[in-house]
Amino acid sequence: MNQSHRIPGKGLLIDRARPVRFSFDGKGYEGFAGDTLASALLASGTRLMGRSFKYHRPRGVMTAGSEEPSALMEIHEGAQQTPNVRATVQEIYEGLDARSQNHLGPLAFDLLAVNDWMAPFLSAGFYYKTFMWPRAFWEKLYEPAIRRAAGLGSLSGRHDEAVYEKAFAHCDLLVIGAGPAGLMAALVAARAGVDVILADEDVRMGGRLLADQPEVGGQAGPDWAASVVAELASLQNVRLMTRTTVTGAYDDGTFGALERVSLHRAPGEAPRECFWRIVAKRAILAAGALERPIAHPDNDRPGVMLASGLTGQLAKWGVNPGRVVIFSNNESGLAAARSLTAQGIEIAAYVDPRPIPVTEDFPVYAGAEVVGTRGRLGLKDVAVRHKGGISMIEARTLALAGGWNPTLHLTCHLNTRPQWDENIAAFVPKAGAVPGLSVAGAARGRFSTAACLADGAAVAGEVLADLGLRAPDVPVPGAEDAPYGIAPLWAVDAGGRAWLDFANDVTTKDVKLAAQEGFRSVEHMKRYTTQGMAPDQGKSSNVAALAVLADATGQGIPETGTTTYRPPFIPVSIAAMGAGGRAEGFAPRRLLTSDARSRAMGAPMIEAGLWYRPSYFPRDGETDWRTACDREVRQVREDVGVADVSTLGKIDVQGADAARFLDFVYTNTMSTLAPGKVRYGLMLREDGFVLDDGTCARLGPEHFLVTTTTAAAGLVMRHMDFVHQAFCGSWDVRMSSVTESWAQFCIAGPKAGALLEALEVEAELPFMGCAPVTVGGVQGRLFRISFSGEQGYEIAVPTRYGAALFDRLVEAAHAQDGCAYGMEALNVLRVEKGFITHAEIHGRVTADDVGLGKMVSAKKDCIGKAASLRPGLTEAGREQLVGLMPVNQGEVLSAGAHLYNERDRATREHNQGYVTSVAPSPTLGCWLGLGFLKDGRARHGQVIRLDDGLRGRKVLVEVCDPVFFDAEGGRMRG
Amino acid sequence: MRIPCPCCGPRDRREFTYYGASVFLDRPAEDAALEAWDDYLHLRDNPAGVTRDLWYHDPCQSWLEVERNTVTHEVLSARPVVEARA
Amino acid sequence: MADLIATPAVTGLPLTIGRAVLAAFDPGPVTAIAPYPGRDLSAVLQFPAPGQVITDGARRLIWAGRETAFLTGGPAPDLGGLAAVTDQSDGWVWVTLEGRDATAVLARLCPLDLRASTFPVGTSAKSVLQHLSVLLVRTAEDAFQIAAFRSMAGTLVHDLSGAMKAVAARAAL
Repeated sequence: MNQSHRIPGKGLLIDRARPVRFSFDGKGYEGFAGDTLASALLASGTRLMGRSFKYHRPRGVMTAGSEEPSALMEIHEGAQQTPNVRATVQEIYEGLDARSQNHLGPLAFDLLAVNDWMAPFLSAGFYYKTFMWPRAFWEKLYEPAIRRAAGLGSLSGRHDEAVYEKAFAHCDLLVIGAGPAGLMAALVAARAGVDVILADEDVRMGGRLLADQPEVGGQAGPDWAASVVAELASLQNVRLMTRTTVTGAYDDGTFGALERVSLHRAPGEAPRECFWRIVAKRAILAAGALERPIAHPDNDRPGVMLASGLTGQLAKWGVNPGRVVIFSNNESGLAAARSLTAQGIEIAAYVDPRPIPVTEDFPVYAGAEVVGTRGRLGLKDVAVRHKGGISMIEARTLALAGGWNPTLHLTCHLNTRPQWDENIAAFVPKAGAVPGLSVAGAARGRFSTAACLADGAAVAGEVLADLGLRAPDVPVPGAEDAPYGIAPLWAVDAGGRAWLDFANDVTTKDVKLAAQEGFRSVEHMKRYTTQGMAPDQGKSSNVAALAVLADATGQGIPETGTTTYRPPFIPVSIAAMGAGGRAEGFAPRRLLTSDARSRAMGAPMIEAGLWYRPSYFPRDGETDWRTACDREVRQVREDVGVADVSTLGKIDVQGADAARFLDFVYTNTMSTLAPGKVRYGLMLREDGFVLDDGTCARLGPEHFLVTTTTAAAGLVMRHMDFVHQAFCGSWDVRMSSVTESWAQFCIAGPKAGALLEALEVEAELPFMGCAPVTVGGVQGRLFRISFSGEQGYEIAVPTRYGAALFDRLVEAAHAQDGCAYGMEALNVLRVEKGFITHAEIHGRVTADDVGLGKMVSAKKDCIGKAASLRPGLTEAGREQLVGLMPVNQGEVLSAGAHLYNERDRATREHNQGYVTSVAPSPTLGCWLGLGFLKDGRARHGQVIRLDDGLRGRKVLVEVCDPVFFDAEGGRMRG
Repeated sequence: MRIPCPCCGPRDRREFTYYGASVFLDRPAEDAALEAWDDYLHLRDNPAGVTRDLWYHDPCQSWLEVERNTVTHEVLSARPVVEARA
Repeated sequence: MADLIATPAVTGLPLTIGRAVLAAFDPGPVTAIAPYPGRDLSAVLQFPAPGQVITDGARRLIWAGRETAFLTGGPAPDLGGLAAVTDQSDGWVWVTLEGRDATAVLARLCPLDLRASTFPVGTSAKSVLQHLSVLLVRTAEDAFQIAAFRSMAGTLVHDLSGAMKAVAARAAL
């Protein structure tokens, strides 16, 4: 397509030497480097760019920025399909594939445009009222059909594998927006030497100075902006961030910002977007103002634009609007008409409801209004009602200039509402709405270029003074200071449909209907009509809708109030906010020193918290986990097995008061433990329930090593830190996590001692003893403890030797007819012995519930002791830990199942308890279960029913002691 | 939200773990009445205004008593619990 | 029995991506020193204030958390019961991140204020790096030593190299 609608010599941002080819709806187009999708299509003469949300009306471009409500498109990039991209923001690149959205059939002949003919029926609340009955039809019929017809772009349904980034930045002053106010503010602050971040959402800084090109200090506006930007760029203390929209204001000077890093390039290695978290001591909001349209009949055709959109498209990209009608109620629209005329654009009519003098070089209709438009897929004629009647005026573009709304959104993000300013017929920000955030320029209703420049400098001076610095003397350049002169006009009274919210297809009729039906509060009107709930969040329409509501309810605008603005200011992709959190970035991976060897042995690795642990070690011919697990259990019981237990938390506790401290955190007494001995210990939460269990070894008179479960390692460290710092901070005790310092392996089975001998380790250690040892020339620690019920040792070496030691242990175990064993076998071995894990100590059990009531020492205080004595935790009827064995030996048990008396129905009131752990025991030849049963310890020998509703399993089980195997413990002491 | 860790200076809230109201520092005596323990463990005020709660700065392992305003979100102070009841 | 052979905490380094270099770093023995409340260690050593790194020849005392410092570059001194002393040589993986973009790379992962005015050269900080708890030492304007829990060495390299790639690709735009 040729660029038939490009004005020669115009367009600050385009490089005419670099043509760029792209496609729109499969058709090839050409634009220039620097073009947006909107400007390139407009320059090619294309006005129709999409269909509206509800009525499928033809829609074109309205703006030249991120507030665009209408020209939304899908960008296709391989698996990537980004919906609702604003064509006014998306820059083109070679090969860009853009598609219009929300139509059935070709864009120019959308079959769903039938909705538009049905418009008399499709008013606000139509769906709520119509599809009430029959109820069952909603989910299957109505909702899918409505969703198909209404809506915007779609996703590819595939994973977004592209690179996104997030980043943190810190500064003394964040300046939001680089128009005249922002540039002046940044310049003053930068020259004062503070760290400044200047963020602007456009490609080039300058704001309205680029679009309106007013003279500043005797220079053209864009040149002055460029000279300021050049100075700022040369300063070490300034960071300039273009293509960066500040999206939210949060507590304590934290701001969110979205940077379009490489969306203007064909997909490559660079992040698409970066989500910034900027922490600033102070911030200045200089985001300017957004122009608003005027609601008049059929004001939504392609070719109807905001005046600022038109001038922006022309100045930045050289777009020729053709014959223009301007409909304005203030001086900025008149200034635009003059400027366009001076640039050779034909103004067919300037229409203004105000009684202004008719002394221009173009036809002026004073005291007049636009009352309609014609042109099915693009504007052809504008109907103007004036004193002499109605004239049809041929035009290609209708520019609406309904006044300006300060871009104050960020000032509302901490829940402050803006204030109505009658003088400019707009909301202005409330001072101090966000602590540390000041507002300057048009964002607080100071609209002339001169006022913006002066305000930017003044506010920066105030901020510097607040930071205890003196503002440098920066002269404010002279510029136009024209009065605003607005006479508010929100909606033209002329019948027909007049659009307020173009993105969500809300008309003045809808708002009036809402008021009529009782939705008179602005919050109710919003939800009833969906006004302001589209991707643009009502940036250019909310205030007009409010005014129409105020009119319909007979209230003033300030009394009607406004909905509040919440973050984000523009749509932010979830991918950008969660950057780095996909796939491997989701959570850290903690790898054991035995990891590589375990994988080499074919062990499937399973996640245990953040750790990866071997599930089992399959041997030739073993095709399932059960076969391998059964063998590993048998080998531990008959010969020897080795397992990596480094994941257990280890806390080194030292100091003269260490023993006293441990007596306080453990229920049992550790101060009586002799050096060289290990004791099993139990910790409670302060509310009396079990926190964790583990062993405590006394390495020296004032030196202990506490082990925790894998699951609770971090929690226990935090808990012990709390107890120490909150209750006994003056005691001589210090703790240090050494979980990662030691690789620790379990050696279990009748041949455990022989295995250690083969490794030349001195193994003469009583049960529950510990001692320093030397293994392979390395100083390590040996503990005689058992989590399997067999003769067991745990040997620890500094982590760097872990891989080497595991290799030795595996070889030595194999030489003794033993094996390495994984999590599955480890679980079976501990269930056979009735040892508890966090499946049992799940946060709602007491020491007595798990049969360890005697471990709560009566002789001393400890964390949780007082609460554990509360009647509710000690009375009869509590669920107690029991063992469960199937009556029919072959039956399978399942964890999570509930327990009932044999003849009771499986309902809540009959519930007797539940199953926490199960294991197939090769030792006993059947499945075993651990669970909690009401008064369970008194019910050994009873037959009850295990009922697993989820799996449809009902099994009769016999209640027994939770220690199924070697109850006397002879094997592990042996 | 940013909390001024007395050790580390102002830090982003993602470095902290929340632990509830700071009355948890006022542990009753072992033999205190059940009501005192019930109050200590379970009963909490929900003030609109200044409140004090416990935060753990995970990176440096300091437990802090943070004074903040639940209405304005202003963080007023943070001090180590070691000093809070000293 | 033959001696056990040590395995390095991290493999696959150094990595040079764009203007940043990620390399393994061996601090030698690392000893955590935690003075008991109210003890004065000055007769034996100067204990660092929060964020302080005290260098004495090859020896460094790095502030490493509440009431804790890591001693590197020398054997643990005899503190005669004034402080808890714990060997931390094996608990951590250490890397260095250097180069013109080192700070930009860290800023992708770490919420710390990395400006030299708030994190000066020759100081330390505890913070987080994506999901990991880390000890950072700034050794030059553009150079950091980073220590994380040893078992998470792979994640540390994954996160840092990912940020390095993104920063390099952005610079190449």
